[in-house]
Amino acid sequence: MPQFTDLLFYALAGLTLLFGFLTVLNPLSRNPVTSAMFLVLTIMSMAGLFVLLHAFFLAAVQVLVYAGAVMVVFLFVIMLLDLKEDERRHFNKIAVGLGGLSALAIAGTLVASIVKTVPVATGAGRLAEGETKALGRLLFESHLLPFEILSVLLLVATVGAILITKKDLR
Amino acid sequence: MDAINYLSPTAQMILFSALKIGVVFGVVMTAVAYAVLVERKVSAWIQDRVGPNRTAPFFVDYLPVIGPFLVKLGIFQPAADGLKFLLKEDFTPSYVRKVYFWLAPAITVIPALLTVAVIPFGSNLGSEKMVIADLNVGILYTFGIVSLGVYGIVLAGYGSNSKYPFLGSIRSSAQMISYEIAMGMSVIPIFLLTESLNLSDIIRYQAEHGWMILKQPLAFVIFLIAAFAETNRLPFDLPESESELVGGYHTEYSSMKFALFFLGEYANMIASSAMMVTLFLGGWTLPFVDALSLPANSLLLGLVHIGVFFAKMAFFMIVFIWVRWMLPRFRYDQLMDLGWRRFIPLALANIVVTALVVALFNN
Repeated sequence: MPQFTDLLFYALAGLTLLFGFLTVLNPLSRNPVTSAMFLVLTIMSMAGLFVLLHAFFLAAVQVLVYAGAVMVVFLFVIMLLDLKEDERRHFNKIAVGLGGLSALAIAGTLVASIVKTVPVATGAGRLAEGETKALGRLLFESHLLPFEILSVLLLVATVGAILITKKDLR
Repeated sequence: MDAINYLSPTAQMILFSALKIGVVFGVVMTAVAYAVLVERKVSAWIQDRVGPNRTAPFFVDYLPVIGPFLVKLGIFQPAADGLKFLLKEDFTPSYVRKVYFWLAPAITVIPALLTVAVIPFGSNLGSEKMVIADLNVGILYTFGIVSLGVYGIVLAGYGSNSKYPFLGSIRSSAQMISYEIAMGMSVIPIFLLTESLNLSDIIRYQAEHGWMILKQPLAFVIFLIAAFAETNRLPFDLPESESELVGGYHTEYSSMKFALFFLGEYANMIASSAMMVTLFLGGWTLPFVDALSLPANSLLLGLVHIGVFFAKMAFFMIVFIWVRWMLPRFRYDQLMDLGWRRFIPLALANIVVTALVVALFNN
């Protein structure tokens, strides 16, 4: 049923874009909690796209890590900060400029990698189908160094977060 | 039955999946209703009371001996409870954030029901596997869905826009995130041993090599205690501790919306009991008897397997209920201390030791 999967792809891709748009520019509400919830929905529809690619592991981890853990902590912070004045519509020029710049950079990287990629015949998705083992092999054998560097980066961030929260540092 | 064979495989798959979803949903809902009854009865016995023994529909009069006996057991109580929840006034305070206030109960219930989808609750009936979705990443799916359950509680607190619910929801989400880590880490040794994330594979492994609880007792203890924290049950029911927070995140809720939180809690208990049975107690298998540890070849045996699974699950449900009425509540700092400074290091150590053993002896 190729048409059916195509239909699902367009539905999920459309939803991802729609939710992403509502995250940053919601015409109905300027409530940051609403933005965060739409970001969660964006992440979930992206997980759906991964499922369509037969990358079940990635889909599960996407939901588990981003929707389940990271966004909950985000929500937490937003709720506790209670950003009253930020609910009003006002734009920080520097932030808009920097945001636009980084969006352009990411878009450039994406376009470049799409242009560079040589399309593989169908069946490439087979490897990813539930093959958590294959993914682990790939990470720990061919990409060990970048993986470890990333781990250290995360560790540094964790230590930094703990340092910031400590009040009585000597 | 012959008509089924004329359908295309896809149509058969859809038909059987729909059937399984319907039956499992019905069974879980009934189990929730009767878990509440068991909770009330067990609490009554522990506190030397009688418990619900009055609810009697009109047809009881026509059942000579059994009728009054069933009434005494409170068999009809869940129906009365359910009806009460449906008919009570559904009150929405004026100061709530309406959208989130309405969404929160639904978001609490849905993940609890979705978790059941990957759990193999029996071997097979005929040629149908007794699991709704035999995913290769079954366990990750479960953890992913469970982690979404936090949103229901967070949004209930935020949507209620009042102090006690907010405090309750903050407590709850911190507690659930903390114990999710310990829970997730406690099961990694199981996958090191079984070399699979598929729950059916894990049951097969246990049928061949013995139950996981014997090989990974530490993992089991951590998982069990984390399950108490994840379901917000005593001794970890800080989010709703009535003596401090009135009722926690569901203080402002009434009628069916309140019932949905209630339902979510019990459905979560059922889901985590089912997970523990699958991961640690061999699922639908029993040791020493070949017929009970191999996939069923007859309808009767298939039903027996489902029965075995339910018996094990009922055992964990009773443990959940029993503990609630025997232990006092933890203090919040004790709860966090236990989660972060005892369980997470222990679970990590368990992973390292298991990995070493697997690496040294399995090659």
